[in-house]
Amino acid sequence: MIRFRDVTITYADARAPALRNVELTIPEGELCLVVGRTGAGKSTLLGAINGLVPHFTGGTLRGSVLVDGVDTRTQPPREFAHLVGVVGQDPLAGFVTDTVEEELAYGMEQLAIPSTVMRKRVEETLDLLGIAELRHRPLRTLSGGQQQRVAIGSVLTAHPRVLVLDEPTSALDPTAAEDVLAAITRLVHDLGITAIVAEHRMERVVQYADRLVHLPGDHTVRDGPPAEILATCDIAPPVVELGRLAGWSPLPLSVRDARRLAPPLRERLADRTPPEARAAVRAAGPLLSARRIIVRYGDVIAVRGLDLDLFPGRVTALMGRNGSGKSSLLWALQGSGPRQGGTVDVAGEDPGKAAPHRARGLVGLVPQSSGDLLYLETVDAECAQADRESEVEQGSCRALLNRIAPGIDGALHPRDVSEGQRLALVLAIQLVAAPRVVLLDEPTCGLDYHAKRRFVRVVRELADAGGTVVLATHDVEFVAQVADRVVVMAEGDIVADGPTPDVVVSSPAFAPQVAKILAPLPWLTVADVAAALDPGPEPGRRPEPGTGPGPSPSSGAGPSPGSGTGPSPGLDPQADPDPTPQAGPLPAPTHPREQEATR
Amino acid sequence: MTVAARFAAGRLPRTVHPGAWWLWALGLATAASRTTNPLLLALILAVAGYVVANRRSDAPWALAFRMYLFLGLFIIMMRVLFRILFGAGAASGHVLLDLPELPLPAWAAGIHLFGPVVLEHVLGGFYDGLRLATMIVCLGAANALASPKRMLKAVPAALYEVGAAVVVALSVAPQLVESVQRVRRARRLRGGAQRGMRALRSIAIPVLQDALDRSLALAAAMDSRGYGRNRHLPRSIRLLTGMLTLVGLIGVCVGVYALLDGSAPRYLGATMLPGGIVIAGIGFVLTGRRIDRSVYLPDRWRSAEFAVAGCGVGAGALVHLTSRIDAGNLYPSLSPLAWPELAPLPVLALVVGVLPAWLAPPPLPDTPRFGATAPVPVPSVQPGPAPRPAATGSAGKERSVR
Repeated sequence: MIRFRDVTITYADARAPALRNVELTIPEGELCLVVGRTGAGKSTLLGAINGLVPHFTGGTLRGSVLVDGVDTRTQPPREFAHLVGVVGQDPLAGFVTDTVEEELAYGMEQLAIPSTVMRKRVEETLDLLGIAELRHRPLRTLSGGQQQRVAIGSVLTAHPRVLVLDEPTSALDPTAAEDVLAAITRLVHDLGITAIVAEHRMERVVQYADRLVHLPGDHTVRDGPPAEILATCDIAPPVVELGRLAGWSPLPLSVRDARRLAPPLRERLADRTPPEARAAVRAAGPLLSARRIIVRYGDVIAVRGLDLDLFPGRVTALMGRNGSGKSSLLWALQGSGPRQGGTVDVAGEDPGKAAPHRARGLVGLVPQSSGDLLYLETVDAECAQADRESEVEQGSCRALLNRIAPGIDGALHPRDVSEGQRLALVLAIQLVAAPRVVLLDEPTCGLDYHAKRRFVRVVRELADAGGTVVLATHDVEFVAQVADRVVVMAEGDIVADGPTPDVVVSSPAFAPQVAKILAPLPWLTVADVAAALDPGPEPGRRPEPGTGPGPSPSSGAGPSPGSGTGPSPGLDPQADPDPTPQAGPLPAPTHPREQEATR
Repeated sequence: MTVAARFAAGRLPRTVHPGAWWLWALGLATAASRTTNPLLLALILAVAGYVVANRRSDAPWALAFRMYLFLGLFIIMMRVLFRILFGAGAASGHVLLDLPELPLPAWAAGIHLFGPVVLEHVLGGFYDGLRLATMIVCLGAANALASPKRMLKAVPAALYEVGAAVVVALSVAPQLVESVQRVRRARRLRGGAQRGMRALRSIAIPVLQDALDRSLALAAAMDSRGYGRNRHLPRSIRLLTGMLTLVGLIGVCVGVYALLDGSAPRYLGATMLPGGIVIAGIGFVLTGRRIDRSVYLPDRWRSAEFAVAGCGVGAGALVHLTSRIDAGNLYPSLSPLAWPELAPLPVLALVVGVLPAWLAPPPLPDTPRFGATAPVPVPSVQPGPAPRPAATGSAGKERSVR
């Protein structure tokens, strides 16, 4: 169906080609998963299928790409509209009209399909994707999962033979992602559509894939059956990592396959205890305590009078479906968002009533669209501006950035660095004001496994330095690795709150893959299992103190919280009587290096 | 089909062709432009308001009618205020209030500031303002009754690109507002200490970057969904059709102006309007023939549309006729002052104008527009809405009858 013949793609002002000598054949009716690190060329590969690369993006393409026998070099992308349906990363940005029904018809109008046929196809597509009840709804009012399904529907009405999806589930909560994936697999199995899906969260898709295309990062492409590629691939979902650890063969790709192979492993683990969750141990008084927080927009209540205490040294994950009030709560806690009722107390002050400059020193927030904070031309200029804003010594922010993510070229434009590096930059800008409470809204969206692993370490060290971190996220694997405590929100209210294992292990939506495979044993991550099976010298594997991120000592001159112990992470242990001293024998819930060591 | 069955089918809720509403509104506006009689103008306002209240949907654009009313009020107030401000120099009349005139320097000779407020003068301003306000409210009524986007759908195929550009531009505005709000909130996170140009820059740059990213994503999506397919026109044809369309549209504009402005020579309107329509029509047909695309659920022009448009045009024509027969009561005398009077013919015209409130089929009841997070505008109370599921079902049936 799709053939890449010796394809090399070079963008206009790039030194090296984005893809080199790609030979790839995707037969009809396959679901093909494209994986690779950020910047490895996934989007380029997907864009080349309908000719957007290079017709739309610019650049040169050598070799040829054939779709159903038609060469993309002979025709512009619009002439492939009946053959290839493309759904972009942000469905909302690709919508042309404003209601569901019109959006479904738009592509057909361009193809001059008769009105009667259009009516029939719109009805069929509404049913096929289960969005019939949304037909008159304005697109902007739909939830993320609904938007994604409408976007898929809007290209399906043209009856394409190939469906190209770029990160279809990355912004979705686990349940909405299931809906979208169910729709995609149904199209592949019932209609024989060829689907090409790029996705960072492989654990969601890999079990449905017939073929895996791996871009290792050296501009080449490897493809083959998923189990074969994953055996040696540098990125793998937890189920595969567990399989490798336990030496299962064939390598399981789904929870079901792994569970059938798991009884011996469960027996081996039965007499071992997983690392104790840290939230079980109450530390000193809360760093932030919020009471009866209310946030409403018009007559929609986003946060419904909830109470929340955040303790030092803890990482709290805030979970819940899209629109359950997570972001509204974070903004209200930071004080920059609306708050119609309730009090927030951080070291005796209310960040909502403090001046923005002061609030930033109390609570740091990295918003979901973190690029909004950046407006200067270079990374260095942003760092210098942040130093001025926080009235700290010049160079503090850059030093902080180097500890979080070393080696970012300071002359680069903030838009040109990778997602992970941009997140690190925004985090450094926020941390330079030395807040002890750090809130992160959807930090892992768009991060690959490697970037996530580094980010786990950064978050862990922030907490170990005596701060408290809140993550609003849909990424259950990330939560399993990093969080001590999970708070689940629904309809603006807290429905579950407790140590991570207690909340997630039994939950169908929020359980990580390892927990699903090893249930009823409460194991959450591959690293925990690896550590239990092969207990090595524990202290030697902790990260060296001082390499962690966090405000530099010089920033201690800035506003320091009431307790008097300035935030000086990683350098001196907590002075207050913390029952969980960080240098103690406490088994770290997760450990990036251990994970890497398991390979 | 019996007459009764046909009538029943015509009464089912559906959207009326936007062109019909626009013709109706333009007819009313023409009627308003032909008179300064405040009683008549007030009646026209009442007619427009009643039809809107009876036949508009819950859609956001329908709620904008109020804005037009405020705009009208503003126009009247400005007119009266200016008459008071620069009032002196008016001839004699009933003095309401004897303000002293402010002396102005010699270079401003001919401009009088304040001075005695003369009733005739102020009333003249009020009549004038009311006429303009009524015309604007009529256009507002058209906007409230017909979705602007559906109107763009009904444009000739030749104007499709222009229409698409307008649709995209319309959707950009709310996105920009949203983006500005988001970035401003994010500024607070960085302390938000800058003032003046620096603050502007820190908001403008992320917003513009965001807008650029979105427009590129939209362009890519439109391209890959077939926008601009099958449009290979030779250059000479493109030039010719472009010229025809442009000349024709200019002719239409001049013609409409001549028709609405009572003081313009009659032959100008009589020749330019039809001439312009014919020339532009040829251009549209020539271009449209080359464009191969179809329209989903096009608005059909049926008996209800004829009725609605006919009522508007009829009202306009009757008032126009009155101006030929008995112009006196259309322009109430200011000197000597006389009470405005209502003649039967213009009143009949307005009775015709209000008929669409019953002749047009009712609008489709709005489906719930509740999003997961988005703040929802308070839905306005609709008179006698049918149960929703039943109504949508019947609408579906009705469409398949076509």
